[in-house]
Amino acid sequence: MKVIYILWLRQLKRYFRSKARLVGSLGQPLLFLVALGFGFGPIFQKAGGGNYIQFLAPGVVAMGILFTGIFTGVDIIWDRQFGFLKETLAAPVSRLQIMLGRTIGGATVATIQGIIVLLLTFAVGFRLDGMGFASIVPAVLLMFVIALLFTALGTAIASLLQDVQGFQLIMNFLVMPTFFLSGALFPLEGLPRVISDIASADPLTYGIDGLRGILTNSAHFNMYTDVLVSLIVMVVLVAIGSYLFTKIEI
Amino acid sequence: MSDNIIEVRDLVKDFDGFRAVNDVSFTVPARRIFSFLGPNGAGKTTSIKILTTMLHPTSGVVRVNGFDPVTQQNEVRHSFGIVFQDPSLDDELTAYENMEFHGVLYGMDKATRRARIKELLDFMELWDRKDNLVKEFSGGMKRRLEIARGLLHHPKILFMDEPTLGLDPQTRNHIWGYIRNLNKTEGITVFFTTHYIEEAEHVSDTVAIMDHGRIITHGSPDELKRQTGASSLEEAFLKLTGSAIREEEASSTDRARQRYHRMHH
Repeated sequence: MKVIYILWLRQLKRYFRSKARLVGSLGQPLLFLVALGFGFGPIFQKAGGGNYIQFLAPGVVAMGILFTGIFTGVDIIWDRQFGFLKETLAAPVSRLQIMLGRTIGGATVATIQGIIVLLLTFAVGFRLDGMGFASIVPAVLLMFVIALLFTALGTAIASLLQDVQGFQLIMNFLVMPTFFLSGALFPLEGLPRVISDIASADPLTYGIDGLRGILTNSAHFNMYTDVLVSLIVMVVLVAIGSYLFTKIEI
Repeated sequence: MSDNIIEVRDLVKDFDGFRAVNDVSFTVPARRIFSFLGPNGAGKTTSIKILTTMLHPTSGVVRVNGFDPVTQQNEVRHSFGIVFQDPSLDDELTAYENMEFHGVLYGMDKATRRARIKELLDFMELWDRKDNLVKEFSGGMKRRLEIARGLLHHPKILFMDEPTLGLDPQTRNHIWGYIRNLNKTEGITVFFTTHYIEEAEHVSDTVAIMDHGRIITHGSPDELKRQTGASSLEEAFLKLTGSAIREEEASSTDRARQRYHRMHH
């Protein structure tokens, strides 16, 4: 437990120390909220979708979690590059403990990032429908599940990569499609078949839909289905990430 | 059992048809300073990785502090401290936090850990800088911190893979002062590799010279000089290994070494 704790603590310290990264990573969600939220708001309203900020905010919160989660997972590549990974792997502790400590730490960081983005959404006019402030606790719990899912995914990918060169590839072919095809920006009703199928296979879709269900009482699927799917995918990815992490050779 | 803290018999390591370590046998007596010399690609780092559980041998018998690095990983890992060839500190943490992290990973209780951290940082003259981020440290300070960290959990053996690479002569001298002192006061066995042969000549009790995956000779620096009729260990080394330049795939350390040479020559 102590080992998991110290690895968790390390992730948090690194996060709060790099103020530039912390502030920088809020720029993108804010831009999405302002440009898309206000830009498409009138059209969305005319098309009968209601208030676009209400629709968009949970998606942007999830975007913050997705990016931060993947990046803290992928951090292993940097640890490998800068040598710190050797220090942890040469220690008399199991790889599983190292992986779990890192992943829980990374997911905590991603969840905090999600909470900060949620606060930003209130600033641009997002309001809690349905359960009101009581919805914050279940929302944060679901955010943590989403965060674990993507941190574990980042760890799994990083375990397979030798250096940072592959990073751009992950951004363009994994992170961006996961976000843009998730229903974060558009409703899932009435989509072309292909897009609708892709969205249903995207784990982020369920995370965002679940958040919408909790925060604004407007889930496309059933809210419990969303939570269940997120949980299952999370457990599977943590298992895969742990397996791949134990196979790292240095 | 003999007083040998490291025993290696008929060690072989193959990588996809390439034999990096070819039937190597040697022993290291406890409480000695043992240096492992050889041109690039001789198999030194591979041997250290096997001794420190990071790689599994293809065949052969290895004992570190009486334990088998393949089947008794945790016992072996508790027995040694290591200073890697490449840097391995977390730059975003302070010196103290790097030490704390290590102590917790090695299961040290809080009181012992704190006392030992103070003792070692004092010894390495880093206590005043304990709350500075490691990224603000010079190369020599980072090396000293890595050595302090390697010693934190009271290991019996300290492995160091090119510990003084890229450091100026003053810093190198300083670091060897600490290590010899530790060897005397704590009775710790020191096992290191270096390309600075004169350094090995000054500090080692025993030298083993490795080339093309084999140990070609070993003995005290004086014995090797006598054996080859050389006036310095460096001369003996060149006589034994020839002067042909070895090619190997550039590792990150080699690139660092090249950068260092470009900067300083």
